[in-house]
Amino acid sequence: MSYDAIVIGGGHNGLVTAAYLARAGKKVLVLERRPRVGGAAVTEEIFPGFKFSMFSYVVSLLRPEIIRDLDLPRHGLHILPLESTVTPMENGNYLAAWADHDETRRELYRHSPRDAEAYDEYGRLMHFMAQAVKPILSMVPPDPTSFAPSDLAGLLKLGKHFRGLGGERLHALVKLMTMSSADFLDEWFETDVLKATKSASGIIGTFLGPRSPGTAYVLLHHYMGELDGVFRAWGFAKGGTGAVSEAIASRVTARSGTATGVVLENGDELAADIVVSSLDPRRTFLQLLEPDQLPPEFVADIRRFKFRGSSGKVNLALDGLPSFTCMPGVGRQHRGAFSISPSLDYVEHAYDDAKYGEFSRRPYMDIVFPSMIDPGMAPPGKHVMSIFVQYAPYHLNGGWTDAKREAFGDAVVNTVECFAPGFKSHILHRQVLTPLDIERITGLSEGNIFAGELALHQLFFLRPAPGWAKFATPVRGFYQSGSGTHPGGGIMGASGRLAALRILQDGR
Amino acid sequence: MSLRTTPFHARTGPLSEGQAWRRWAGYVVASSYELSHEREYHAIRNAAALFDVSPLYKYLVTGRDAARLLDHIVTRNVAKAKVGQVLYTPWCDADGKQIDDGTISVLGEQTLRMTSADPTLRWLHLNASGLQVSIEDVSESTAALSLQGPSSRAILQIAAEQDLSSLKYFRLTPASIRGIPVTISRTGYTGDLGYEVWVDAPQAVPLWDALIEIGTAYGITPAGMLALDVARIEAGLLLIEVDYFSSRHALIEAQKSSPLELGLGWTVATDKERYNGQPVLAAERRRGPAWQFTGLTVDWDSLERLYADVGLPPRLPTQAWRMSVPIYDRGGHRQIGYATSGGWSPLLKRYMALAHLESSSAAPGTEVRMEVTVEHRRKQAKAHVTPLPFFNPERKRA
Repeated sequence: MSYDAIVIGGGHNGLVTAAYLARAGKKVLVLERRPRVGGAAVTEEIFPGFKFSMFSYVVSLLRPEIIRDLDLPRHGLHILPLESTVTPMENGNYLAAWADHDETRRELYRHSPRDAEAYDEYGRLMHFMAQAVKPILSMVPPDPTSFAPSDLAGLLKLGKHFRGLGGERLHALVKLMTMSSADFLDEWFETDVLKATKSASGIIGTFLGPRSPGTAYVLLHHYMGELDGVFRAWGFAKGGTGAVSEAIASRVTARSGTATGVVLENGDELAADIVVSSLDPRRTFLQLLEPDQLPPEFVADIRRFKFRGSSGKVNLALDGLPSFTCMPGVGRQHRGAFSISPSLDYVEHAYDDAKYGEFSRRPYMDIVFPSMIDPGMAPPGKHVMSIFVQYAPYHLNGGWTDAKREAFGDAVVNTVECFAPGFKSHILHRQVLTPLDIERITGLSEGNIFAGELALHQLFFLRPAPGWAKFATPVRGFYQSGSGTHPGGGIMGASGRLAALRILQDGR
Repeated sequence: MSLRTTPFHARTGPLSEGQAWRRWAGYVVASSYELSHEREYHAIRNAAALFDVSPLYKYLVTGRDAARLLDHIVTRNVAKAKVGQVLYTPWCDADGKQIDDGTISVLGEQTLRMTSADPTLRWLHLNASGLQVSIEDVSESTAALSLQGPSSRAILQIAAEQDLSSLKYFRLTPASIRGIPVTISRTGYTGDLGYEVWVDAPQAVPLWDALIEIGTAYGITPAGMLALDVARIEAGLLLIEVDYFSSRHALIEAQKSSPLELGLGWTVATDKERYNGQPVLAAERRRGPAWQFTGLTVDWDSLERLYADVGLPPRLPTQAWRMSVPIYDRGGHRQIGYATSGGWSPLLKRYMALAHLESSSAAPGTEVRMEVTVEHRRKQAKAHVTPLPFFNPERKRA
């Protein structure tokens, strides 16, 4: 069998790449080792009647142009709004952010009249910052060391863009690029629980704490999706066009520096002019290719690329919703998120455990009840609860075992119980996923949910390696896509789309 | 209160968080119950939204000539409809210009119920001379709820204790919900799987309570007119006084439209005896209508560029708009029509509009320009003619 293009990995970026190539008239094959596509963006019925977004659970950043271009609603995609975030505090109080601006302001005023006003100004600044970096997201990163006309044009465009920002905003951007999220938020707010909750989005998917420099950028990275409002979706429509094959690609074949196809694990050979890997950079370059196909410096760069998975996931089937001490009963709060981030110290302490190779005894958690927004996720009257947990280091002291996994699950459930007594009695089933499980099931190296840590030295023209951030690789006809490439994880589908556009632009 | 409230007001009144009400046929109904209509909109497409549609005008037409009377008035063939069928239909004046649109439910051989947006009692009587028929205005005595969305069937099946899977699109069945006699029709104004439940007004509140109680586990969400407005544009459904003028209210000839110009050619029967407007409509069909009613999709990149020129991200209408907006040819100079409704589809991530275009410029895919106001200045955004409906899920008919 021969194809115009073979895409290795049926995660959402691989599917987006495949769909764009198929839309351009290419005959495309997607290779996926699991019986279902979606990668880390899959919905599975883990317990009968209960459906879970097994790994990733937010699509706040799914590019609207992808939804339009690929006509995803026709294939079943529906992005639902998440209304609120409630942070229970250890003293029984809470901090809430609601969908309604006035209501949120009044709630903040209760904690600090000053912060209530600063909140709007902060929001305006982050809006400008998100606007400032938005063009970068949909741009193939220019290489600052190159004199190629396209790189120079890209750099010029970028330079003009940043100069256009003006002093004040450029200064803020530099701060965001260099500071810790805790320090950055300190400049704005005095309410600790507010800073703790905001800083949490600066640590997701990184092996850093809120007081680690560089986390302010990740804060912004997550803010970008909010340009279009805050969204969450349950389930991902598969990219639609193109064949999908349940097969494991074991090697990309190449002759004299040009990709010729793919060899499957069962030995079958498939020919194609274009091969795209949407796996993470480690798998793409160190596993799929024979080492002699790549320059040694490049291989060294890829070996240094950091993964350090730091998050786990606990999926629960419930026979009723938990009542939180801070806001008793069941109500609209369950249609939003609960953030277990009662103070900056709490989150930093959670990181301390991980720094020394343990999972957090009292972890930061982002909790949602998908069945409250999409009733089809659980049998009527029953619920599913999704708990994103940090930190759970991939490199755990003594390594992950079944017993350690359950101990980690216990730590999560017991911590929730502190804020919602009686919650444990509602649990019907429990699924605990450690970074090792995430790696095992999805193939993401070290279980990093962003296919490579979102750290400044691994972004833009450095993602995944200097000189090779433009979706091409040292092997002609072999391309990379996926969260391990620009603009990184969470920006759902952007790298998949950019890679496809690059391939089509190359006239392949 | 000088405006009337519907029989469900005892329940809908306390739900209103922002006291946002809209007038409809002399009644007030909720614009949205929550401060924003967003969640109510998503319930239509993802769970089940419950609308109070009681203000509709309703007439019970009974007697030997009931179907004959309605056949004389409306453009669809009523005599051919079977008991249990519902027809969506417009009706016209003698010049073939549309007066109103609504539904006709065939409740029995000689019992039909007509709904309309405008009062129609006089028109029914004017057309009934010499016919053996009785006409009763049941607008006040009959209340109605519309339950729309993918979970609507599951909720009603439990409520009515009967299998509704065989109730086809635009069919109705008598049923009983907690002992309350109702009629359930598989109809609605959202282009989704959905039903309307018709009930005697005194039983309205117990019916509401039953549906809410059973529906809660299925995500039932009371919803108002703002959410409905977005859904009906996605479904490409007309709204009187917004997308067209009743010929009875038009002050000049140019304000009138024929059903053929409103995309309702499929409702204009060619297989029945003379009815109001029939000869004119037949002639119009032969020569082709001058106007077409169609969808427009505003080109995102074009809109984004207009806003980027002034340093802003694109502003999208968070609520559906209802006004007349000029549409130009692709050169941007000659006006070829006007849009009458529009808005952002949160589901489709598209800026959509409903427009009247000269027939020569209305072919699907035709590139046009829509006027948009960006920072107080008139601009033109690129748009493409898109066939209606914008959203047409399989579950609507399945």
